[in-house]
Amino acid sequence: MKTKVSDAKKAYRTQQWIAGIVLTLGGLLVAIPFIWMILSAFKPESEVLQLTPTLWPETFTTENFIYLFENMNFGVYLKNTIIVVLCSFVGLFFNAMAGYAFAKYKFKGRDKLFYLVLATMMIPGQVTMIPVYLILNQMGLTNTMAGVVLPGLVGAFSIFLFRQFMSTIPDELLEAARLDGASEFRVFMQLILPISKPIMAVQGILTFIAGWNSFLWPLIIANDESLYTLSVGLSLLKGQYGGNFALQMAGSTFMVVPIVIIFIIFQKHIIEGYTISGMK
Amino acid sequence: MKSYSKSTPYLFIGPALILLALFSLFPILVALVISFTDIDLAGLADYSNISFIGIENYLNIFKDPIFLKSIGNTIFYVVFGVPLVIACSLGIALLINFGTARIFKAFRLVFYMPSITNVVAVAVVWTYLYNPQFGLFNYLLGLVGIPAIPWLQDPTIAKGSLIALAVWRAIGVNMIIFLAALQGIPKTYYEAAQLDGANNWKQLTKITIPLLRYAIFFVSITTMIGWIQFFEEPFVMTKGGPLDSTTSVALFIYRNGFQLSNFGYAAAGSFVLFIAIIIITMIQFRLQKKETDF
Repeated sequence: MKTKVSDAKKAYRTQQWIAGIVLTLGGLLVAIPFIWMILSAFKPESEVLQLTPTLWPETFTTENFIYLFENMNFGVYLKNTIIVVLCSFVGLFFNAMAGYAFAKYKFKGRDKLFYLVLATMMIPGQVTMIPVYLILNQMGLTNTMAGVVLPGLVGAFSIFLFRQFMSTIPDELLEAARLDGASEFRVFMQLILPISKPIMAVQGILTFIAGWNSFLWPLIIANDESLYTLSVGLSLLKGQYGGNFALQMAGSTFMVVPIVIIFIIFQKHIIEGYTISGMK
Repeated sequence: MKSYSKSTPYLFIGPALILLALFSLFPILVALVISFTDIDLAGLADYSNISFIGIENYLNIFKDPIFLKSIGNTIFYVVFGVPLVIACSLGIALLINFGTARIFKAFRLVFYMPSITNVVAVAVVWTYLYNPQFGLFNYLLGLVGIPAIPWLQDPTIAKGSLIALAVWRAIGVNMIIFLAALQGIPKTYYEAAQLDGANNWKQLTKITIPLLRYAIFFVSITTMIGWIQFFEEPFVMTKGGPLDSTTSVALFIYRNGFQLSNFGYAAAGSFVLFIAIIIITMIQFRLQKKETDF
């Protein structure tokens, strides 16, 4: 009997090892593009075009990055991307406000309006793309930063998550604050927002990532290079410098590495966020 | 007790709702209307140049060989992409969940990473990896004596290459959804099964997979909708080529709308896509309902 138990334990340990090895191999496969991108970004162009590729840069250089900023306006693209990210946080605030009202107020048409919000999640981007362009054109906002930012400002999924979270806040807390004479807006700012920190953290990171990565809409609405975001600039780079891989890898590294760093710092919140949203 | 004024909730939902109405709901109506017109750049400059042409756009689009080709390509993406995404992300989630050592948690991070990165950056990197002359993939194949593969140059292989990249990006989010669902399964089920002498495979097929049905359903619907709208990868990497073999319906709409400025024609295409998504989603919900009848 004893040997049977130890046999089972041994088999279990072997299985653990096999799972670990399979995941390591898979993880390596997943990571190769990143590793290759970062290492190539620091190689001079001639080394990238060598027929026998080197893994580690033989001659280590940062000239690709310098070239991006000196000759390719990446400074302007970076500034625009940061503006987009900052504006998307204003949108996040609107989402939180709406989520709060749907969770904590009773008003006429609340459920119907909420379903309407949810319904917008099902509309594919390709359908609204052309009309939104025409609407913004009518408003004289094509080729402006407002036109880049406005359509993506609020999102149904974000409102939904805020509502889910905020409906768990006890009503007594709100009543107490009201009895103390706080205005409705103050209750929201000084009571609700601090309590909602966990969901704010998740959505803040996701908003940052989405803003940083935004590509299609800025591409459509901005004709002027001074309004391009980093990803639009990078796609331009691919068109103009198609053969210069070292430069392209430097541009990609510049886009990817900040996100990866932010993600590693906050990953616990993101992964927990899925569990929050998974709860009913 | 009700101490707030009646208008307060509307002030809170106002900004979000106005923006959603203006940029999500109203555009549907506009799209429908302009899909029955011949609006183009001239019409954009002066509305008197627009005329109502009824269902002509819809009739023409189904005669357009490129549109028909893009439908075929999109079906190809869905048929191969959806099962691959589900199999890979479920497989990885099961392995990570199976592991008891701490290191397994780190794998979540590794596999999630591709899904947060910028699609353009990633497409640029993969174009380099796929390069027939200088790319890493062909070099590695060369080391084991396999001749170079025209990753993005051959019409059929190019579709597969784009799918590989998109699957690589899609694993992360879906893996996390599966992991969350796996953690929701009570341990006692497995303990009971082990007492009955069920092996790992039996536990997987009799307990885990059936209890994951809802998660699998959710992932398959969202993944399928995502693949039907497949756009960025072919747009950045192949521009729809070679010979339109990687053009998706979404890319076709973009090209007609914003490169050729045939707004009405593109809007008709987008409505065809919209209706396809609605029908497919409804069919999936039907199938799901039937399954739970047992």
